[in-house]
Amino acid sequence: MIGGDYVPSNYIPVVIFIVIATLFPIVTLLVAKLVRPSTPEPDKLGPYECGIDPQMESRGRYTVRYYIIAILFVIFDVETIFLFPWAVQFKVLGLFGLIEMLVFLGILIVGYVWVYKKGALEWV
Amino acid sequence: MNEYFTPGDFLVLKPVILLVLFGMGVMLTDLLLEKHNKYFNAVTALVGVGFASVAMWMIQSQMNRDGAGVYEAFRGAIVLDSFSIFFTWIFLISTAITIIISIRYLEIEEENHGEHYAIILFATAGMILLATGMDLITLFVSLELMVISIYILTGFLKRDRRSNEAALKYLLLGAFSSGILAYGMSLLYGISNSTNLVEIQSKLAQRPAGDPLVMMAVVTLAAGLFFKIGAVPFHQWLPDVYEGAPHPTTAFMSVGPKAAAFALFLRIFMVPLGPVRDQWLPLLIGVSIATMTLGNLAAISQSNIKRLLGYSAISHVGYLMLGLVSGNDTGLKGISIYLLVYAFMNLGAFTVIVAMRRRDLIGDEIDDMAGLMYKSPTAAVLMVIFLLSLAGIPPTAGFLGKYFIFLSLLETGHYTLAVIAVLYVAVALYYYFRIVSVMFMREPIDKELPSMSPGIRVALGVTAAMTLIIGIYPNPFIEFANRTVLAVMR
Repeated sequence: MIGGDYVPSNYIPVVIFIVIATLFPIVTLLVAKLVRPSTPEPDKLGPYECGIDPQMESRGRYTVRYYIIAILFVIFDVETIFLFPWAVQFKVLGLFGLIEMLVFLGILIVGYVWVYKKGALEWV
Repeated sequence: MNEYFTPGDFLVLKPVILLVLFGMGVMLTDLLLEKHNKYFNAVTALVGVGFASVAMWMIQSQMNRDGAGVYEAFRGAIVLDSFSIFFTWIFLISTAITIIISIRYLEIEEENHGEHYAIILFATAGMILLATGMDLITLFVSLELMVISIYILTGFLKRDRRSNEAALKYLLLGAFSSGILAYGMSLLYGISNSTNLVEIQSKLAQRPAGDPLVMMAVVTLAAGLFFKIGAVPFHQWLPDVYEGAPHPTTAFMSVGPKAAAFALFLRIFMVPLGPVRDQWLPLLIGVSIATMTLGNLAAISQSNIKRLLGYSAISHVGYLMLGLVSGNDTGLKGISIYLLVYAFMNLGAFTVIVAMRRRDLIGDEIDDMAGLMYKSPTAAVLMVIFLLSLAGIPPTAGFLGKYFIFLSLLETGHYTLAVIAVLYVAVALYYYFRIVSVMFMREPIDKELPSMSPGIRVALGVTAAMTLIIGIYPNPFIEFANRTVLAVMR
């Protein structure tokens, strides 16, 4: 067991970090409150959603393109996530890793060509 | 240089790689095709299935030369044995037949996009991986590849509300059941600290009997798998999805993906859950009785033929599960043969329904088949053969599957179950013959003939011939299935 005088010195940076992280927003919010002009409006209290009117009838229509772009973003986001560890371990994986990655990219490019030709990327 | 995988690993996956390559090829060539020659996509897809079959054949003959019996690849994550080879053939055959019956149907629906064939090929790749996978992660990913493809195929008729509804229902319930299945898999991993099925088996064998954690894993895995194969009480999606999906997709999903889900079911219950057989046996008996009862009784009152065949598919799942209840060589052989035979007879019956789809008629009501005998005697007679086979009457092939399963029940002393199963065959005869009586005894309502495209003719010929050949000369198929059993029992 560890004695009573044990000081977990490795955790001191964490404590400092927590203190700063707590103080930072409090201080900034206080300073901002003192400095900024006050013009209360109801819209300011509503949720913010990428410039789209956040409240409308639930049966209303909305463009499906938004979701296509979102899905495409996810796909290419995942692509980069896969590329990163491969790039870091490039030397260890060698030629095999390169070919595997090219196959992976090739499949995504086929999808990209397909989406492009189908006109899913044409905005409006 | 790498110590992870060898080129041989990829060789084992050659059929899958070919299917995926051709699938992507179809997607790309579809962009170049004019509206009137979209059938070319089907040709490309068929060539892909052909190449995959040749690759499979080559692997199989090489295996025979080596005398290996089993090819392991990717550190045991992929295991190609006679079990997976047997199922791969079922998948390739059902995919080829689905492709040729889709052409005319999609033209009539004006939805003849190349993606239909591409997605069918992707689903087939997932199915083959599902039968060859020996690792929880491989199995889960390939299961998702298969079912997500089928969700899309189900909703392929964009302008048809029933198709949309079926796709959404299937997607929501399917995603939910996949979650339960993944939970069961995570429990297995938690128990055994391994994703390899064989290692899990040895770890589970060491657990004390009645271990609550094992029970939990069994129940969650069973619930997820029961959903995928469509067993009671997780069957509600099945008739709705069968009814709403495009006819060829219904034909496809009632055969290929069903066999694939059953391959997964068998693998999971025989390999990792094999040591705890005593714990899941009562569950399985109960579920199979409920499945047979509900499937057969609910089928009686259906007026839509796709729903009727959907409920009959549920009842067939009940019979198939009986093979696992008895769990001996005969039972497993019965399941394999049953699934092979089922592929032919069910695809045949659905091909007739696909032919009923005409310009102005959806053709999935039983009444739509009225007087088919006078309009197209061939289709009517073949339909009778398929229905007889589905009911399990000799000399058709359906008899063979039921014979082995009932025999295995008698061998293992499950006499009550055998009696119940045989009684339900009589019920099945009643509702199958309702279709026959409509076809033969009633006057035709309209003059329009079924749309017998060349593809449908070929599909009908092949399925009918195989239904009769397996029924009359079953020896080579029994031989093939025997080897399958050895692979699972090892």
